[in-house]
Amino acid sequence: MRREAAAAVSKVNAGRPVNLPLPNRGRVPNLAPLMTEKSNVNWAEIEAKPAFRSLLGRKAKFIVTATIFFLAYYLALPILVGYWPDLMKKQVWGKVNIAYVFALSQFFMAWIVAFIYVRVAAKWDKEAAAIIHGH
Amino acid sequence: MSVPLIMFLAFVALTLLITFWAAKKNTGASAYFAAGRSITGWQNGLAVAGDYMSAASFLGISGMICFSGYDGFMYSVGFLVAYITVLLVVAEPLRNAGKYTMADLLAYRLKPRPVRALASLSTLTVSTFYMIAQMVGAGVIIKRLIGLDFAPAVIGVGLLMLVYVVFGGMLATTWVQIIKALLLMAGAMLLSYLVLKFHHYSFTAFFEAVSKADYAGTAEPKNLLEPGLKYGVAVAGPWGPLDLVSLGLGLVLGTAGLPHILVRFYTVPDAKTARSSVVWAMAIIGLFYIMTTFFGFGAATILKKALITTVDGKPDTNMVAPILAQVLGGELFFAFISAVAFATILAVVAGLTMSASASFAHDFYSNVLHHGKENRPGQEVKVARITAFCVGAVSIGIAIYLGPSVNAAFLVGLAFAVAASANLPVIVLSVFWKRFNTTGAVCGLSVGLVSSIVLILLSPNGMFGKAGALFPLENPGIVSIPLGFLAAWLGTLLTARDLEAEAKFAELRVRAHTGLGSEKATAH
Repeated sequence: MRREAAAAVSKVNAGRPVNLPLPNRGRVPNLAPLMTEKSNVNWAEIEAKPAFRSLLGRKAKFIVTATIFFLAYYLALPILVGYWPDLMKKQVWGKVNIAYVFALSQFFMAWIVAFIYVRVAAKWDKEAAAIIHGH
Repeated sequence: MSVPLIMFLAFVALTLLITFWAAKKNTGASAYFAAGRSITGWQNGLAVAGDYMSAASFLGISGMICFSGYDGFMYSVGFLVAYITVLLVVAEPLRNAGKYTMADLLAYRLKPRPVRALASLSTLTVSTFYMIAQMVGAGVIIKRLIGLDFAPAVIGVGLLMLVYVVFGGMLATTWVQIIKALLLMAGAMLLSYLVLKFHHYSFTAFFEAVSKADYAGTAEPKNLLEPGLKYGVAVAGPWGPLDLVSLGLGLVLGTAGLPHILVRFYTVPDAKTARSSVVWAMAIIGLFYIMTTFFGFGAATILKKALITTVDGKPDTNMVAPILAQVLGGELFFAFISAVAFATILAVVAGLTMSASASFAHDFYSNVLHHGKENRPGQEVKVARITAFCVGAVSIGIAIYLGPSVNAAFLVGLAFAVAASANLPVIVLSVFWKRFNTTGAVCGLSVGLVSSIVLILLSPNGMFGKAGALFPLENPGIVSIPLGFLAAWLGTLLTARDLEAEAKFAELRVRAHTGLGSEKATAH
């Protein structure tokens, strides 16, 4: 193991993909080239495609909206709990109060946002594939 | 040797054996690459969860909730919601850009040397903070099991862990984290089940008991479900509520800047898998943190105060979960939970040590000091090992200085704040802002790092104590995170445009959003 890691690391440098002894994997298979690798892809051309621009625009819109929503929903918790404790102490189910219900709802909010994102992102994947394959 | 100690050692040995066996199965040269490609979404999700649920999550949060009630539960919420930031903003661009460390991503568009140097410094800092919490956790467990003092316990167990991590690379595999995550979930479920059983399987009775928790009749009953026991104005003064908001902000933005979590997204074949692994991690982690309700709040209804107080009368904030296991499930369960906690810490220390030392050796030593030119073979590994020992030694020293009663979740919360202030702004701006340049990155990294550290040192827990604190909040996030973003933004705008960096932005954008380039490389 030690020797293998040493051999892998000695190949570092020269801007080539390397197998570094990275966290938690021992060694790492070279799944992706470093970006410094020469490629014959015309990045600027793809970037300028209207389809790509449009995809990015919609992506940005979704991500910004979702981020504002979840940050607002999440930060409302410490703000309400901190500054309006009496409101949050109101009991709604047995001894369970609004504060606890709101905290618990954060978990479901996170799961729902993640679920929606994954659904939408699957569509983006298809569009992105179409763009780079020149359709 | 006591019976729990023998059982503890047996469990730890068993865990390590399983790990060793699993790791061995996956390290043959061909199996290795096959495994590399076949890390599926749920496997990586479990591994992310394993990396994430550290001493802070299990030992720290349960203690925090047991003593501070609802306010401690805020850690559970923040630790989970933080994953939406990871999912929406960083996981996929990072994966698609096909990089190994955070610094690699930054160095692509920007001038490598200053950016790498600072990124590696901030990686070391965040890892050290995180590690201190793990050392404290390991120390209290060993102290309890062997009856050593805290300081020798931390030194002993800390050194053992480091030797194991540094010389036995095996531990540092995805499989360790997966097995560990499963064990921890099993332990947490069993513990929650026993708490519910204690309350006759009735949620109503459980919450009823929590609303007048009296530590088995050894303290005045108080309603732990009510917020304010730690950050309320009555307890913490007028700055309390703002401190809670600051904590929340640090937690929700911090995960996306944690080096040992970010590297996990390079082990999967594509962005789609990176995405699904975050979702799996969120499912597992979320379930775990919901369970902290039972073994956190529950502990306050079952355990006597004397059991969870140190000899000098301070709350033993990191031992609540293991002691609860002892009271509810006997010595065997205590040994099991302690072993699980220990394995948890070992695995997280492994992840932290590796990401910190790899970053220092690769980013700083090779690329900054030696300009990325060919060096004597093996030198980088040597540097990585030395770095690992240094980070470990510093963490051990600080852990001893802080003592056993400082809460692990609190310490990790500080690591999150530092990560959110220093790392997140530059990652986000580098991926999403064309105009971003080297000066901006240097300013963002250094201002975020320095301001968060300085504010922690000036806080009520810092150098001057509660009375002399120059900064009223325990958590620096609400000031240092905006400062990090502001510095990165201003640093960019006040200096000339970097046309080269802007030109490369097109490539980064196409790669980040389509996976082109990285996709080809997975073809074998």
